[in-house]
Amino acid sequence: MSSTIDSATTSQKGAREMPWGLWVQQTLSILSQELRKNFLSRRALLLYLLAALPIFLLFVLAILPPDDDEFQNINGLSLVFSLIYNTLILRAVVFFGCAWVFMNLFRGEVVDRSLHYYFLSPIRREVLVVGKYLSGLVTSIVLFGLTTLASLFMLYFPRFSSESSRYFFEGAGGKQALIYLGITTLACIGYGAIFLIVGLFFRNPIIPALLIYGWEWINFLLPPLLKKASVIHYLVSLMPVPMSEGPFAVMAQPTPAWISVPSLLIFTLIVLALAGYHTRRMEISYVGD
Amino acid sequence: MTTAATVTTTATTTAASTTTAVRAEEKMIVFEDVSKFYGEILGVNRVNLSIAPGITSLVGPNGSGKTTLMNLMTGLLKPTRGRISVLGTSPNDPQELFRKVGYCAQFDSFPRGATGREFIEFYLRTHGATGRAVENLTHQALERVSMLEAADRKVAGYSKGMRQRIRLAQSIAHNPAVLILDEPLNGLDPMARAEIIRLFRQLAAEGLYLIISSHILHEVDMMSDSVVLLNNGYVVAEGNVHGVRDEIVEQPMQILIRCDRPQALAARVFEQDSGAVVEARLHDDRQGLFVKTRRPDDFYLLLNRVVLDGDIRVESVAPADDDLNAVYQYLISSDGGR
Repeated sequence: MSSTIDSATTSQKGAREMPWGLWVQQTLSILSQELRKNFLSRRALLLYLLAALPIFLLFVLAILPPDDDEFQNINGLSLVFSLIYNTLILRAVVFFGCAWVFMNLFRGEVVDRSLHYYFLSPIRREVLVVGKYLSGLVTSIVLFGLTTLASLFMLYFPRFSSESSRYFFEGAGGKQALIYLGITTLACIGYGAIFLIVGLFFRNPIIPALLIYGWEWINFLLPPLLKKASVIHYLVSLMPVPMSEGPFAVMAQPTPAWISVPSLLIFTLIVLALAGYHTRRMEISYVGD
Repeated sequence: MTTAATVTTTATTTAASTTTAVRAEEKMIVFEDVSKFYGEILGVNRVNLSIAPGITSLVGPNGSGKTTLMNLMTGLLKPTRGRISVLGTSPNDPQELFRKVGYCAQFDSFPRGATGREFIEFYLRTHGATGRAVENLTHQALERVSMLEAADRKVAGYSKGMRQRIRLAQSIAHNPAVLILDEPLNGLDPMARAEIIRLFRQLAAEGLYLIISSHILHEVDMMSDSVVLLNNGYVVAEGNVHGVRDEIVEQPMQILIRCDRPQALAARVFEQDSGAVVEARLHDDRQGLFVKTRRPDDFYLLLNRVVLDGDIRVESVAPADDDLNAVYQYLISSDGGR
């Protein structure tokens, strides 16, 4: 009996001398616990449906292709995908998917009345924020990354299988696919941070989420300076196939990738620091939640 | 030169007394003028406590502040005013605090989909324990609460008593020095209660600090080394049960005298009394007499005289209200409570 306790204590002592080691172990524990919840709980069903939505629509388009010119050749399909990616995948699936995943990281636990188990363990609240955020990130990147790739596959391969193979493995398609995957990842990073903090600060996060959704949608109407106060502006700037934003759009120079990517990452770090600060002061009573 | 020496001596003395105070605080759970308000609503007010090892029970009706005190001790709530120290550690430092503290909260909810074993194992991993140590500590904790057989079933399928026991197992799994238990006997059948109370006693004997909240006064009375009585957010009394009773000097003590002729005893007592007896009342079964007195020592002398007269046979004499329930009723009544 004592030997088991001793070995745990030794591990703790060692961890205290090197807190980074302990923090990494705690983060991994949180990550595995949260990933199981994110992927296997009943809440995940809605997420799977959302992630499958574009694939299903593209499957229908593959069976019943429209007569439009864009659908008749492989170059036209890159424009079609850009439109589908921008309007459906990025602005709807990834946006609402991230809202669901990241807002539930803390808010979901408050609703389930299980957050106190984390608060009653020897985990720094900042480590908890990082662990939970990483779990949301892995979940959303895996799911929506697969959505992005499966959507590309569903658009190109059923009708132009050999040309598509050449396009993706020898031509520009492969690079485009990687860029779309990168944009999806960045979207998960940026929206994830926003929704994590929305879930922390608001008892009913639906309204702020809808306000953010509105702000992101009207981005094309905003003056150039205000455009920069959104995630979508930086993501659209990275699109491999630029898309027209319509006749009413206020034109602005796309932000180059070397600014877009670090800007989103710095923004995310600031938001995570704020989330850590907030959780350090957070109380649990569950009354009224 | 003399002044400098005096200053040095004073500084040394001050430093020494500060060190002693710090060392003393490292051995106690200390509340220093702690208040907690939920907006306008009072949680607890101006609480000053020093809790030593052993079993300390927090007793009071719903809303008296028991859970608030426990949540303040564990950092789930932040005090509006005052300072708390748990064996020298602030509740704001969870990384250090929960190496010393285990808290079995009253919230009857669990992480989704977990089995009892996984629930405890996850908690131990957050402590930095790995592999075999996690397995062994989990096994020990489950064994202590008799949950080994059900450990691999989902917590969602547990009965209320089993959920209570698995929470208890989680809170003791890392062998904490301080165990905080919010209504730990809720939902347990009588056998399990007796078993868990035995476990608490065993843990207290090992030198742990056990802080238990309960509204089942009989059980608290049986197992506690000391009690903290709360009402409306105020500590109305603290100390051991009998000590607390003695503090209520204004409240008459009630004594039950079992005898063959209680009516005759009542008449004799009032005949010879010199102001010690406040009230005398026959027991419902007419085999005893309740006497209320503010001066128990004087009354016992009086009773001795009556017994020596020989015509009344006294079987037993015992305080009738020296238990926690009686103490609590006194304290929260309009006379005794705040």
